[in-house]
Amino acid sequence: MSSIKDIQNDIVEEFALLADDREATLFYLMELGDKMAPLPEEYKKDENLIKGCQSKVWLHAEMRDGKVYYQADSNTDITRGLISLLVRVLSGHTPDEILDADLDFIQRIGMHQLIGSQRSNGLNAMIKQMKLYALGFKTKEASKENG
Amino acid sequence: MPATLHTGPATLDVTALRSRFPVLQREVNGYPLTYLDNAATTQKPQQVIDALSHYYSHYNANIHRGVHTLAQEATEAFEATRQAVQELINAPEKEEIIFTKGTSESINLVAATFGRTFVGKGQNIIISGMEHHSNIVPWQMLCEETGAELRVLPVQDNGELDLADYERLLDENTALVAICMASNTLGTVNPVKEMTATAHKQGARVLLDAAQALPHSLVDVQELDCDFLAASAHKMYGPTGVGILYGKREVLEAMPPYQGGGEMISEVTFAKTTYNDIPFKFEAGTPNIADVIAFREAIAFVKELGLENIARHEAALLKQATEGLQANEGVTLVGTAAHKVGVLSFNIDGLHPFDTGMMLDALGIAVRTGHHCTMPLVARYGIEGTVRASFAVYNTSEEVDRLIQAVSRIAQRKRK
Repeated sequence: MSSIKDIQNDIVEEFALLADDREATLFYLMELGDKMAPLPEEYKKDENLIKGCQSKVWLHAEMRDGKVYYQADSNTDITRGLISLLVRVLSGHTPDEILDADLDFIQRIGMHQLIGSQRSNGLNAMIKQMKLYALGFKTKEASKENG
Repeated sequence: MPATLHTGPATLDVTALRSRFPVLQREVNGYPLTYLDNAATTQKPQQVIDALSHYYSHYNANIHRGVHTLAQEATEAFEATRQAVQELINAPEKEEIIFTKGTSESINLVAATFGRTFVGKGQNIIISGMEHHSNIVPWQMLCEETGAELRVLPVQDNGELDLADYERLLDENTALVAICMASNTLGTVNPVKEMTATAHKQGARVLLDAAQALPHSLVDVQELDCDFLAASAHKMYGPTGVGILYGKREVLEAMPPYQGGGEMISEVTFAKTTYNDIPFKFEAGTPNIADVIAFREAIAFVKELGLENIARHEAALLKQATEGLQANEGVTLVGTAAHKVGVLSFNIDGLHPFDTGMMLDALGIAVRTGHHCTMPLVARYGIEGTVRASFAVYNTSEEVDRLIQAVSRIAQRKRK
């Protein structure tokens, strides 16, 4: 498994090929969303919706062997593409790695300029929710060890 | 005959009139701006922008009570707009025109004054299923407060209202019918003249929301015989922050004031305040002087072009866009009424309206996406929203082609 940093570098390289072509970048995001592993229907419930997103975004997280695995979906293709990038970067890492991650790829690929301020707020809400899950799992593990 | 006043030249020179809108000269994302979000707000011609600057540069003063030169000039310019509005909508008297912040405030004013005074328990208010939230929520609030009943006239699949349904809803307890002249989401033009006459037979008053009608057609309040009419300046090439409320004198005079403050009083003692006459009774505080003054230039602009010419031009664009988008496999139009203003809602199958809107923006095309402040209407069609292209007099056939080609490209890509 590559590190969070390496995955972010890969993404930056991929987006560099699109050379600031907004239309191509949006199509690419939609393709990434299409390719993301589907979220099982049982997880598409209201309590898994991320608050603060204009579109609907469902996020499910689970802990296996000390690592956090995320699955997600959205009702809009571009947002599904956005969350697929976050899943790709953060899924399969330890809670500490996730909590410490500096997700600078978002700024490096110029995502805020591409998606505008409303969707950027949504993107920040997704990151916050993913980190909250990591923190939750970490706390749970710690209390198990102490208990 | 107001119609002859608004006829304008025989043909429109769209290229020439585009040059009068500075913002239309810019590029977005490397493409020439294709501005198709006119139902939200139109762009402003240079003469409106200049009028704002000229007011602040030359005669900025508070209006109505100053004896000095600047105050008199500002008052005259402000009142000249009132007269221009009166002529535009053919109101009998200029005192029947009240300036507000916008259509929403105009409707809220009626709900808060006419509503609280003349609508009570046992009575009902009728709205339609295609109303903007600003013509729903004030009435819901009023009904909650007074115990009156809110009745909703359903929308047919094609986006039209059924007048038989309407007559069934109306009864002798109907206090008010509040309805849009044209739907901001579907474009449907409602038969408001007949609906007003039917309401009057039952003794009900009628408020027409003309926000989407005024920029596109001749609105004649005497011919319509409505009791109230609400509209916004910024959807008709004027500045933001200015709305109008027309009301029949007899109704306005029977209504209590809206807000208390300066301007709206005749005499104030601590024992008792007597109120000013209309329209000032409803215009407490310093109004939006600069924007009201500049609004007159927007009215001059549409009169110069001729509202009939504007309507004809926009109808041609709507027809071209409707036929062009309909020809696309994978595009569904929402709202197919026989009579529409230049508003076209659609969806690309399988694609959320937000995504379509972002894709179009990447190509320099500005449209609106979402529920357009008509959530009950969007729910009625069982969709999450629409993509809405809406046209103004400065839009061209080439721009409509650009929209059709872009939508076709996105739809093809989606089907892959």
